[in-house]
Amino acid sequence: MKKSAIFIVLLVILSLGICGCGKDDSSQIKIGVIAELTGDIPAVGASCKNAAEMAAAEINDAGGIQLAEKKYKIKLIIEDNAGKADQSASSAQKLITQQKVTAIVGPNASRYALPAAEIAESGKVVLITPWSTAPKATLDSKTGASKKYVFRACFIDPFQGGVLAKFALDNLHLKKAAVLYDVASEYNKGIAEIFREVYEKNGGKVVAFETYTTNDKDFSSQLTKIKKAAPDVIFLPNYYSEVPLQIQQAKRLGITVPFIGSDSWGSEELIKLCGKDCNDYYFSTHYAADAATDATKKFIANYKSKYGTTPDDVAALTYDSFGLLWQALKTAGKNDRQAVRDALAKIPLYGGVTGNMQFREGSGDPVKSAVILKIKDGKFTWFANAKP
Amino acid sequence: MVYIFQQALNALQLGSIYALIALGYTMVYGILTMINFAHGDLFMIGAFFCFLIAVYLHLSFVPTLLLSMLGVAFLGVIIERLAYKPLRNAPRVSAIITALGVGLFLENFTLALSPYPQHIPPLLENTTWTLGTLSISSLQILVIVLSLVLMLLLDFIVQRTKAGMAMRAISWDKTIVPLMGVPVNKIISLTFAIGTGLGGSAGMMYGLAYPVIDPYMGIMVGWKAFISAVIGGIGNIRGAMIGGFILGAVEIMVAAFFPSTYRDFVAFTLLLILLIVRPYGILGKPQPQKV
Repeated sequence: MKKSAIFIVLLVILSLGICGCGKDDSSQIKIGVIAELTGDIPAVGASCKNAAEMAAAEINDAGGIQLAEKKYKIKLIIEDNAGKADQSASSAQKLITQQKVTAIVGPNASRYALPAAEIAESGKVVLITPWSTAPKATLDSKTGASKKYVFRACFIDPFQGGVLAKFALDNLHLKKAAVLYDVASEYNKGIAEIFREVYEKNGGKVVAFETYTTNDKDFSSQLTKIKKAAPDVIFLPNYYSEVPLQIQQAKRLGITVPFIGSDSWGSEELIKLCGKDCNDYYFSTHYAADAATDATKKFIANYKSKYGTTPDDVAALTYDSFGLLWQALKTAGKNDRQAVRDALAKIPLYGGVTGNMQFREGSGDPVKSAVILKIKDGKFTWFANAKP
Repeated sequence: MVYIFQQALNALQLGSIYALIALGYTMVYGILTMINFAHGDLFMIGAFFCFLIAVYLHLSFVPTLLLSMLGVAFLGVIIERLAYKPLRNAPRVSAIITALGVGLFLENFTLALSPYPQHIPPLLENTTWTLGTLSISSLQILVIVLSLVLMLLLDFIVQRTKAGMAMRAISWDKTIVPLMGVPVNKIISLTFAIGTGLGGSAGMMYGLAYPVIDPYMGIMVGWKAFISAVIGGIGNIRGAMIGGFILGAVEIMVAAFFPSTYRDFVAFTLLLILLIVRPYGILGKPQPQKV
C-alpha cells in the first residue's frame, strides 16, 4: 500500500516536471511550430525549425516585440509530427488546448498541413503553413469557401503547375510530356493534374500519366512504360527523397530526355542523394538564393553563419511566415488570437525574403511570383522568373 | 515484344529481392511456427550496415556483402536469444507482439541515429547495355544472379547437409527430435542466422539497386515479402522463392498493362483469388485440425 502511494506521488511529480506546467508568464507570446523533424522528409522539418528559431531569436535579442505599452518575449513550442497526418492533427490540438499558443506555424508538406489546418480552423487559432501549396489547405472541407484562420506564405499549385507547363512548352519547346507522381500524396497528385490540364490546353500532349504510392522504391515498371511512350520531357512533382531514385532508375533503363520538377525538389538533400544524375534539370520554387536582393541577402548571410548551409525554400518561407506574424501582432497591438487573425487578413503588401506578397481578398493565399531554378554542377542556380 | 522482355527483367529483379526476404520469414515459421515480423526491419538494418561499411570502411563489394550479412545474422541470433527464446512456450500471440516490438525498436533506433534518408555510394561501376530499345544494366544482372546463387546455396544446405536435416526434423516435431540428440537451441540459432543473413543480403542488394535508404524502408517491403511467403506456402522454402517471383511479376506486369494507379489493387486481388483456390499457398500442405 505504502509503496504504491509513494509511486503515485512520484508519478505526479514526474508528470508535472515533464509538461512543465509552471506559472503562465504574461510577458510571453507562445507560438507553436509543427515540423517534419522525423519521417520521410526530415530535411524540410529541420529547415523549418532552424528558421523559426532564428526568427524568434531576432525578436528576443532585440528585447522582445512591442505591443501597446509592453514588450513581450517570444516562446517557441516546437512539435515533431513524425511525418504523419494523424500526429500533425494531434500536435495542433495539443498546441491549441494545452499550450494555449497564440498562433501556429507549420506543418509544411500539404498532406500534413491539411489535417492540422482543420484543427486550427475549428479551434479558431491562426495557422500559417510556410510550404503547403495544395489549394485545399486553406479551403473549408465542407463548403469549399476559404478558411478563416488558415494562411500560407507560398503560392498555390494551380499557379505552379501552370508555370511549369508553360515553361516546358515555351522555354524548352518540348511538346510531349510524361508525368510520374505519388498518387497517395495530396500535393503530388494536385500538381500533376494541373500540369496535365494546362499543358494540353496550350498545345502540348501528355503521353504517359503514371503513378506510384508513397514509400515505393521500384519505379521500373512505370518508367519502362514511359520509355515506350517516347516523351520529350518527364515531369516529376515528387519529394526530394524519391526524385533521385526515379531519375537514376530512368537512366538505367536508357531514358535520356530531360526531367523537370516542382518546389518539392528544392532541398540541398536532393543534390546529396542524386549526385551528378540531377545536373541540368529544372524545377520551380519560391526563391533563388543566388539571385537575392538586399533584405534576402541579409537573411541568407545570417542563416549561413548560424547553421552553416544556404537556407532552402522551406527556411525562407518559414522566416516569412514569422515576418507576417510579427506584423500582424504589431498591428493587433495585443496578444489575442482573434485580433491577430483579423490583423493578418488585412496586411497590406508584405515584402518578405521570398518576394512581395499580399493575401487575396478574404483568402489565406498570397499573390506572389515563382522562380525557375536550374541544377548546375550540383548547385541551384536562378534561371527565370514567373509572375502571377 | 521488347517491352514485355524489359518488364520481365524488372520483375525478376524485384522478385528476387522479395524471394530473399521471404526465405527468412518462411524458415523461422517452419521451425518455430512463429512469424518474425521484425524481419523487414532486419532487412533495413542490412542496408544500413552496407551503407556504414561502404562509407566508413571503404571496402569493396564482396567484403561489404559478407560483413553486412554476418552483422545482420549476428543481430538476428541475439534477438532470438533475448526476445524470442523466453517466449518459446508462451502463446503464439505473445511471440508475434514481441516481434512487432523488436521491429519498432529497430526502426526507432535507426531513426534516433539519423532521420535523414542516406545515399549508398555505388560499390560497383554500373554499365548499361542496350540491344535495340532493350536496356540491361549490370546491376540488374548482379541482383538476379546473386539472389539465385544464395537461394541455391540455401536449398543445398537444407536438403543435403546434416544441419539442414536437423532443421527439417525440428520443423517436423519439436518435442521428440531433442531426444535423438539434436541440439535444438543451436539449430534454431543457425536458422535465425541464415534467415536474417539472407534478409541482410537482400537489404544490401536493395540498397544498391535503389540507393536511397531510410529507417522505414523495411516496412512495406517486409509486408510484401511476408505475403510472398504466404503465397508460396509459409514454412516451405522453395515455396517462398516461387512466391517472391510471383509477387514481383504480378506487381510489375499489372503496372505494365493496366493504369499504374490500379497496381496494388489488381495485384492483391489476384493474390487473394490465388489464396481462395489454394489456401495453404502453392507448395504448402494442408494441416488438418485435430478436434
